[in-house]
Amino acid sequence: MYYNRFIMERFQYPANAGGMHGANAIGEVVKENCHDLTRLYLKIDDKSVIENAKFKTFGCCASIVSADVTCDLVKGKTIEEALQITNQDVLKIMGELPEGKERCSIMAEETIQSAIDDYYKKKEKEAKKALKEANDVE
Amino acid sequence: MERKIYLDNASTTYVSQEVLNEMLPCFNVLYGNAGSVHSFGRTAMSIVDKARDRIREGINAQKSSEIYFTSGGTEADNLAILGVAHAYAEKGKHIITSQIEHHAVLNACKELEKEGYEVTYLPVDKSGLVSLPDLLHSIRKDTILISIMSVNNEVGTIQNIKSIAKIAHDYGILFHTDAVQAIGQVKIDVQDMEIDLLSMSAHKIHGPKGVGALYVKSGVKFNSLTYGGSQERGKRSGTENVPGIAGLGKAVELATKNYMITNRKLKIIRDYFLDKLAEKVEFYQINGHLQQKSNAIVNISFYGIEGEALLMLLDLAGICVSTGSACMSKSLLPSHVLEAMHVPSDIAQGSIRFSFGTNISKADVDYVVEELAKAVAKLRAISPIQAGRI
Repeated sequence: MYYNRFIMERFQYPANAGGMHGANAIGEVVKENCHDLTRLYLKIDDKSVIENAKFKTFGCCASIVSADVTCDLVKGKTIEEALQITNQDVLKIMGELPEGKERCSIMAEETIQSAIDDYYKKKEKEAKKALKEANDVE
Repeated sequence: MERKIYLDNASTTYVSQEVLNEMLPCFNVLYGNAGSVHSFGRTAMSIVDKARDRIREGINAQKSSEIYFTSGGTEADNLAILGVAHAYAEKGKHIITSQIEHHAVLNACKELEKEGYEVTYLPVDKSGLVSLPDLLHSIRKDTILISIMSVNNEVGTIQNIKSIAKIAHDYGILFHTDAVQAIGQVKIDVQDMEIDLLSMSAHKIHGPKGVGALYVKSGVKFNSLTYGGSQERGKRSGTENVPGIAGLGKAVELATKNYMITNRKLKIIRDYFLDKLAEKVEFYQINGHLQQKSNAIVNISFYGIEGEALLMLLDLAGICVSTGSACMSKSLLPSHVLEAMHVPSDIAQGSIRFSFGTNISKADVDYVVEELAKAVAKLRAISPIQAGRI
């Protein structure tokens, strides 16, 4: 088989595929050479813990499975902990990949970073809005 | 038993029984070296000669001695391009080819560029056709060779070979065509089409792998790439691959004799496939020329989906196809053919090549389209790109 059993299994039955209503952090990364696109949806609670994670991917099996595994890894973690997750952590779970696939399909670090950037941007916007409202009241 | 449907005939084909029957005795009964003068050797040489005659007849060459056996299409292309370039270096160092050639031609040209030759890679239009005005504009005083493939292996577009050859000859330039995908798909008559050099391969036409041939019109000079025992009139040293050559000869004979019937069958299969597909699947485009194309090849981009993932789902259903997606290529670059045809890269990523054989039934096509519709729906459900918006 081209891909190992774990990858083929998760490719056919991804655990975290699909969009998410009420996501408050959405990250998106496009791989330059192959145009693979992964969108990561996170629901982060008030204590900065990632309650839930989902993904959508336009890409090959390895891209799809790596996004799925990334979702598994971030769930239950705090933002700080999630930012520590590396591509190597994802690769360890996925096992061996066909030649050349590692660099093209593993985008865990970038997608997590992108989603968390989005989270902080949204927070900042909310804070500004709250400040403005407070000022308006005064 | 698990159902298997092979739709990758442009990649390779099964060896037909007739071809196999022709080859088998050459392994253990008629196993002589065609270079030996004793009876075993003479028998082997007669087998090689018979194959040469069959190919001459199949492509309507003037003489059998115009056929040179090689290890396949790649070697035939290399021999044509490098061989002619080296032989005519004093006349000029400019070669014209197209952007959608097989890598056997493109990379041979890249090698020549390192040696100081100049190569023009002609663009193609959206359907994959080389424009004749473009060709005319690119001709220079020092142009020695024009090499344009007859049928493209990825999208099936058929080039205007006769017109291109005519233009080449009007300017005293040699013309080579890679006809690896063309034999058995279109009528090839090297005299009528004014072809100077033509490459072919056995395994695309129900022959064995590892054998091909180059037709070189007598009088055309080309240098050898191999050094050894001077087989093939000094142009291709190495003991003749007698079983392979016997197989190639038979395969070319059958493919050229039956091409009308084969084509009619393939057209029925292809049209049925496209009709069924239109019923069951939305949001896709057919890449390649709509009419001027091989009936065996259909290249389709499914929007919002990456080809490798689709290929894998089809493979799980026992359906074998190929893709132009970057994710599947060793270079991690998308198909150079689709790129030259200005197919946007995200659409090229979702391209799948279905290449039919005559052994496919309507029931097979029904099954393929059903599985295809399921796979497309499954991948679209998890894709961030909405197919309908492309």
